[in-house]
Amino acid sequence: MSEGQTKLPMVDDHQADSCCAGKQSAIDYGNAAEAGWVNGLIETAIGPVYRINTTLESRDLLGSFKARWGVGRMSYIVPPGLYAVGNPDQSSPVLVSANYKLSFDSLRRELSGLNLWVLVIDTKGINVWCAAGKGTFGTEEVIRMVNVTRLHELVLNKTLIMPQLSAPGVTAFEVRRRSGFKVIFGPVRAADIPAFLKAGNRADKAMRRTCFGLLDRLVLTPVELTALVKPLIYFTLFLFLLNLVSVLLVGDSFQPVFLIGQTFFDLAPFLGAVLVGAVFVPALLPYLPGRALSWKGLVLGLIWAFIYKGLLGSEAGLLETASYFLIIPAVAAFLSINFTGSTTYTSLSGVVKEMKFTLPLIIAAAGLGLIALTISYFI
Amino acid sequence: MKFRYLKNVVTLELDQNKCNGCGLCTEVCPQQVFTLNGKVSSIEDRDACLECGACARNCAPGAVSVRAGVGCAYAVLKDMYNIKSRCCDDDCGCSLDGIQY
Repeated sequence: MSEGQTKLPMVDDHQADSCCAGKQSAIDYGNAAEAGWVNGLIETAIGPVYRINTTLESRDLLGSFKARWGVGRMSYIVPPGLYAVGNPDQSSPVLVSANYKLSFDSLRRELSGLNLWVLVIDTKGINVWCAAGKGTFGTEEVIRMVNVTRLHELVLNKTLIMPQLSAPGVTAFEVRRRSGFKVIFGPVRAADIPAFLKAGNRADKAMRRTCFGLLDRLVLTPVELTALVKPLIYFTLFLFLLNLVSVLLVGDSFQPVFLIGQTFFDLAPFLGAVLVGAVFVPALLPYLPGRALSWKGLVLGLIWAFIYKGLLGSEAGLLETASYFLIIPAVAAFLSINFTGSTTYTSLSGVVKEMKFTLPLIIAAAGLGLIALTISYFI
Repeated sequence: MKFRYLKNVVTLELDQNKCNGCGLCTEVCPQQVFTLNGKVSSIEDRDACLECGACARNCAPGAVSVRAGVGCAYAVLKDMYNIKSRCCDDDCGCSLDGIQY
């Protein structure tokens, strides 16, 4: 964070005026004071602590939208530290969260009416599960933030409630041994936190399950699409060059508008393949046959190739048709495998097995398809 | 409903002799792979395992082992071909945003 060291006016005022309590906060809140989600400051045994809003504003929603499209995603962060929700005291629960703003927002919006502490640890702006998988949401960082915030001086219960999905990175008995804080793994979803707390820190089976519904899958597709813009531009240029060279070779007159129109017409089947792999396979995931992601992509890619050939591309010659049936399934299968990075259920061993088997086939099919496509422009 | 991935690929192992019956594996597993029968845990749905490693990391007696890793094609590609990609470094754009908190 570049503008990280902005001084907090509220904290400074307090220290100038106060005669007694005035303990300096050990937390570097950065520029949190100006953030729209901060709602005042409360005085505590460890110094001033920011209170946070539990309702999201339009700018939070806009920020989430931008992050989902990959805009400024890596700097969409919350300063690590301790925050208050409502009017917590020394016996209030402590929830631990990642410092990715999207994660933080999905937590705080569920906390209205509750009095508790939120310990935001530094996961480098990565969400809970991915950070846990990489170890940034890990035992060391949890212990470090407990110490930085001097949490033991603030709460009596000495208990941290973690997101369940941080467990791949957090060793509960290590945290307890080294910080004195007991770790309880809470529910998977923030929405279940009120019920979890009400039940005396107990999660039922439904709270422990990840779900991966249609909406969960669809919100992940924009970021996949944005990654494909560049390759698509290169491919469009490639098609344009093919059209240009074939026109020049035949000796026809050079008509830019026609060439551009033809290029985009030629692009359509492959643009469709990208949408199949990056949007339709995620959307239709549970309804597509097979277990391997690449198989699902292959099936839907072939269906799209048939649709395109049958309904739209009926004038295509043999080589062109062959290129459709080679490239489209290859692209769709490859993008479907890529979706493993977004799923909640694919194992590393499974992905390795799937890739070892399918990647050579995908490369071969795409390569042959490109050759067929290129030749089709010159015969 | 539970999504199913490939059969018989995961590296999850449980040594029931070492299990102390604390049941933490049944709590941390997001796929309900384990069940606690009396005082010993057992693997109930092995193929559902996504090798996240939560169980092994939180098993105090070390009864559970798994080759943990992120089942992500980008990461695997990078490993297989030693590619420097945008993914899976510290600035990775893992896309599981907001599904959990």
